[in-house]
Amino acid sequence: MVLAVVSVVVGCKRKPQPPLTYIPGVSKPITNEVAGFGKEGTTGIETDKTIAIPIPLPTTNEVATPLADRDLIEGMIPDRDTFKLNIIYFDFDRSSIRTSERSKLDAIAKVLKSKTETKIQIEGHCDERGTEEYNRTLGERRALAAREYLIRSGINADRIFTISYGEDKPADPGHNEEAWAKNRRDEFILLLPK
Amino acid sequence: MKMNRTKYWASLILAVNLCFSLLGQTEQPKIVIQKWVDPSKEIPISISGFTGEVYATLKFDLEVMGCKVVSSEQASYSVEGSNNGNVQGRLFIAQTKNQLLGKAYSGGTLRDQTHAFADDIIFALTAVKGIAQTKIAFKVDFGSTSEIFISDYDGFNPIQVTRDNSIASAPSWVSGKMMLVYNSYKSGFPDIYSHELNTGIRKVIAQYSGSNISPAVSPDGKRVAMILSKAGSPNLYVANIDGTGLQRLTTTKEGESCPCWSPDGNTICFTSRASGSTALYTISSTGGQMKRLQTIGAINGTEPDWSPDGKMIAFTAQMGGFQICIVPDEGGEAQILTAGADPSWAPNSRTIIFTRNTVRGTRSLSLLDVYTKRVKDCNRMKASCSQPVWAK
Repeated sequence: MVLAVVSVVVGCKRKPQPPLTYIPGVSKPITNEVAGFGKEGTTGIETDKTIAIPIPLPTTNEVATPLADRDLIEGMIPDRDTFKLNIIYFDFDRSSIRTSERSKLDAIAKVLKSKTETKIQIEGHCDERGTEEYNRTLGERRALAAREYLIRSGINADRIFTISYGEDKPADPGHNEEAWAKNRRDEFILLLPK
Repeated sequence: MKMNRTKYWASLILAVNLCFSLLGQTEQPKIVIQKWVDPSKEIPISISGFTGEVYATLKFDLEVMGCKVVSSEQASYSVEGSNNGNVQGRLFIAQTKNQLLGKAYSGGTLRDQTHAFADDIIFALTAVKGIAQTKIAFKVDFGSTSEIFISDYDGFNPIQVTRDNSIASAPSWVSGKMMLVYNSYKSGFPDIYSHELNTGIRKVIAQYSGSNISPAVSPDGKRVAMILSKAGSPNLYVANIDGTGLQRLTTTKEGESCPCWSPDGNTICFTSRASGSTALYTISSTGGQMKRLQTIGAINGTEPDWSPDGKMIAFTAQMGGFQICIVPDEGGEAQILTAGADPSWAPNSRTIIFTRNTVRGTRSLSLLDVYTKRVKDCNRMKASCSQPVWAK
């Protein structure tokens, strides 16, 4: 994602309206935006050294669904085979679901709908190019992105569980783009009742 | 940390002042010691009379703390002594031969005695407490598993803390206590534990649904900042050290990571993608509005660590590879120091330990003197080491 508005400030402060570059496809009001944001080191304005920005409040239909209690999967039997061809892959440093990966998630949703006694665990993974704890959060965001997709596909939130392994469990131990592409992934484990 | 108060560590090192300095020198005028005028200049110092491990350790310690070991002709200060049975030595002003320090050491190992001597030398030269007797904790990667270790600050004498054959990560010291807080997957999920090193007693701090990761203990040892995903996005929370009193501090959908505390405990610095790109933010540790921390000249800031004197925040920037940077605590121009990741400040607010070789091959720990930018490698383990944290 890019900032809604990047304002390019040239010259003196007195100019009543600094020129703005609008990024296509975003229609957010510009009133809350701070000049120079998102392009660190390139801002031409002296602002306060720390800039307060409002925490983006999700609109009502965007509120994240809290995770279901872990006790619900206590004793369930993990099945790593059923969805082993449904591993979804991500772009570098991104957690949005690629269009190409949607059909794999649709197939998972179909199975979950037909086997109502099952639950699912989603494992988020990263390549090694982020820092370790940043990646642990990124892996969780990847797992949560697939969870959100499944919820929108009609799967009840209390059947979906997430875990992040960050960069600790690479699928390919290599140090090149081919390996990294395989490592930026979500794996899906079907949980069967005892 | 007051390590030498605990039974855990080898016996107390007794520094015996042999009163060299008092004998026969009473008529001399009092010497005014020139403290570091410019700390970015290395202090040229010569070492004689020591051998083997003691010589190597003394040289390493002094160079980490801002000295440069040179020949006696080039030295401003000279260290003379011996290590027959125990370490004893004196520190002189090279030109005048005036003695600044004379001590003999007993107890502990020769390494322990040497570290104590190095700290005494640095204190005599700079009036700043040395760091050669401090400890670090770090993550050791064994491939499919990782465990937490502690060691001397230079990587010697490693001791394995966890043996869970699981993933353990993100160690954080409880200040003034022999206690760590870290993240472990031993239950099958990433949870946060405290671990008393003397007793081995472990307690759960956070085991909510989803991921419980990246703990950071407050400087007073009473609270823990951490990242929890239980509400549906990975956000910043604070709880008491026993896990009670959980409070959510951020609510972004984009997620937070890598919290650290200001030394007064009032502020937490962390990474967020709230603006759409990865950057550092601060927030009051009791809640409030997130504020962007400007890091002019460095982008994608993660892994912040606040210096114990409160003045600087070290962090990892990602610009091609990883770089260790520092920025004033109120934000501003960032200074790029060296290639590496995950910096942690020493108690002297001058030395930083960090992870090297962060992308290709085995990771290892190195020490950086912020003023002189000199980098020295810690004693290497065979396995990959990362996430060093300095006991304070």
